[in-house]
Amino acid sequence: MSNKAIQEFASQEYKYGFTSPIESESLPKGLSEETVRSISRLKKEPDFMLEFRLKAYRHWLTMTEPTWANVKYSKIDYQDMTYYSAPKRPKELKSMDEVDPELKATFEKLGIPLMEQKKLAGVAVDAIFDSVSVATSYKQKLLEVGVVFCSFSEAVEKYPDLVKKYMGSVVPYTDNYFAALNSAVFSDGSFVYIAKGIKSPMELSSYFRINTEGSGQFERTLIICEEDSYVSYLEGCTAPKFDTNQLHAAVVELVTLENAEIKYSTVQNWYAGDPVTGKGGIYNFVTKRGKCLGKNSKISWTQIETGSAITWKYPSCVLLGDNSIGEFYSVALTNHFQQADTGTKMIHVGKNTKSRIISKGISAGQSNNTYRGAVTIKKSAVGARNFSQCDSLLIGSQCKANTFPVIDVQTPTARIEHEATTSKISDDQIFYFQQRGISSEDAMGAILNGFCKDVFRELPGEFAVEATKLLGMKLEGSVG
Amino acid sequence: MLSIKNLHVEINEKKILKGFDLEVKPGEVHAIMGPNGSGKSTLSKVLAGDPHYQVTQGEILFQGKNILPLSPEARALSGIFMAFQYPVEIPGVNNASFLRMAYNAKRKHEDKPEVDPLEFDEIVREKIKIVEMKEDFLNRSVNQGFSGGEKKRNEILQMAVLEPKFAVLDETDSGLDIDALRIVAKGVNSLKRPDNAFILITHYQRLLDYVVPDFVHILSEGKIVRSGDKRLAMELEKKGYELVEGK
Repeated sequence: MSNKAIQEFASQEYKYGFTSPIESESLPKGLSEETVRSISRLKKEPDFMLEFRLKAYRHWLTMTEPTWANVKYSKIDYQDMTYYSAPKRPKELKSMDEVDPELKATFEKLGIPLMEQKKLAGVAVDAIFDSVSVATSYKQKLLEVGVVFCSFSEAVEKYPDLVKKYMGSVVPYTDNYFAALNSAVFSDGSFVYIAKGIKSPMELSSYFRINTEGSGQFERTLIICEEDSYVSYLEGCTAPKFDTNQLHAAVVELVTLENAEIKYSTVQNWYAGDPVTGKGGIYNFVTKRGKCLGKNSKISWTQIETGSAITWKYPSCVLLGDNSIGEFYSVALTNHFQQADTGTKMIHVGKNTKSRIISKGISAGQSNNTYRGAVTIKKSAVGARNFSQCDSLLIGSQCKANTFPVIDVQTPTARIEHEATTSKISDDQIFYFQQRGISSEDAMGAILNGFCKDVFRELPGEFAVEATKLLGMKLEGSVG
Repeated sequence: MLSIKNLHVEINEKKILKGFDLEVKPGEVHAIMGPNGSGKSTLSKVLAGDPHYQVTQGEILFQGKNILPLSPEARALSGIFMAFQYPVEIPGVNNASFLRMAYNAKRKHEDKPEVDPLEFDEIVREKIKIVEMKEDFLNRSVNQGFSGGEKKRNEILQMAVLEPKFAVLDETDSGLDIDALRIVAKGVNSLKRPDNAFILITHYQRLLDYVVPDFVHILSEGKIVRSGDKRLAMELEKKGYELVEGK
């Protein structure tokens, strides 16, 4: 496997690079207090929402863009972006037949089995196209069993008290620069509420897709699990190809009450930029955090990050309730010129809280892959335990892998374990497979699968298969 | 079966093989012996298609077909097997899955249906007896944490599963204790058929006490300088490589 062969390997074209000619109803470019007011007005929001947005906006103005992440990118011009764009459509859609045929064709191209296939698979889909939910399926059926699954806008309208109570309770608008920006201008997102004692009878799935050139995508997701409830939520993403960088600054907040559990899984495959020049691609600056509020509750994050030009993301857990559990399982793959700075924070506050971090970073091409983690054990977290495993796999000789773990323990009763490895896929390994009649692609697949299996195991069945294929596809041609 | 003519090979611009000739017919076992640096291992790597080696002259015909333009996997699928001198460790990849991948790649190439893990389990249980290994051997990662002897036995197990038409064993005997050596030899002897052939590359005569070769060749400075039968190996054992170095 020569360097040239490695170069050749790193050349899988982005399959989803097209723009749908759907008319968008967009605000003009630029960001001001008036933009924030317009968004709220267009969305016909109640006053408390406008207040929240304005407070966030004013706070954002006082902040500066963070520079501590191990990523490099040209300065973002926040005045050169569109902050709201919605597909023009009749108001509420009852069935798939009412959806714009163009939109349906787009979903076809993406291979998203929006309705029928999902119905067969028993998954309800809240498809987000640009900034507005286009269709929410199974809503009624889920509602009957005590599961609310709807767009954020709908939640603001129908469940304002829940939104008021929990929005910003995990990620306050003061949290960080991008969270503040999101809080000011977020357009829509998903809302899930699981009533007391209810186990969601199906996995909830939401596909996001960014459209409209130059539009910032500011999603907001809020999931609340009442006592003794459970939900598994899936998020998957693809985006069309554009030359100008697109900013995506989402906020995801999870809350579990006593004995409740949320399992949140993500497969992310956004446009990563031109493979040769590194130009274009999505900036993914996301704040994801869960709060284990109740005793014995559990929040588990699983992510497969393969896309975006730049990823800046740390799904974290605040373990407040005694005996609560936080988990983070991650595979982050970077190729070509991609940069990823990702990891997690586990903040132990309650007694006997436990956390587990399994991070697998794969770097190929000229990419830069960083794991950044923080485990904090507060004085009150008597008997807390953490296990962390951070492994890096390098493909070729021009990529980088970094690990920055921070451990802060304030009680002598805590137990912390941290393991880390770095390995490289060698030509000799690939040649060994080939000598046994196995192609280099299949060899890569087998090695990657072996490397990632502790994480893949955590994915819901359907996603595990997708994830395996996705990694293979992303690295096709990286080893010759 | 295998015909090598005037083969010249270099690595990093260093000439290793300089006019190597060899004819192997079905049913034959050839031993290639030679001092360190004579080009023994280069020969096996070139046959397997290791991209680090450049063939500058000559040809290799396998079953009448020029294999030089073929990829390593195409060569393997056509029936060429190489037992590595230093088998690599592949963490995370289960030994049984690896064997099944290889077995199915061959099945696919022969237009036969692939076998599922259960069917394969039956096949491999039989084969593993040849190398006298416990079945938990299959559940470990490929070569990871294996002792030197276990790695070599794993090579023989792979050979037994894939049943190649032509196998080259690259110093499979080096570093083995007498038991492991006996098992490796048993593997070769049990797989020997009138329609397949073996090349044993070895530094010592020892292995040839267990596997009797039809031909013994002595390689020196990139070409075969003497050929004979088993007696040549014994002579070599007595006189050492001075025999061919003319000292």
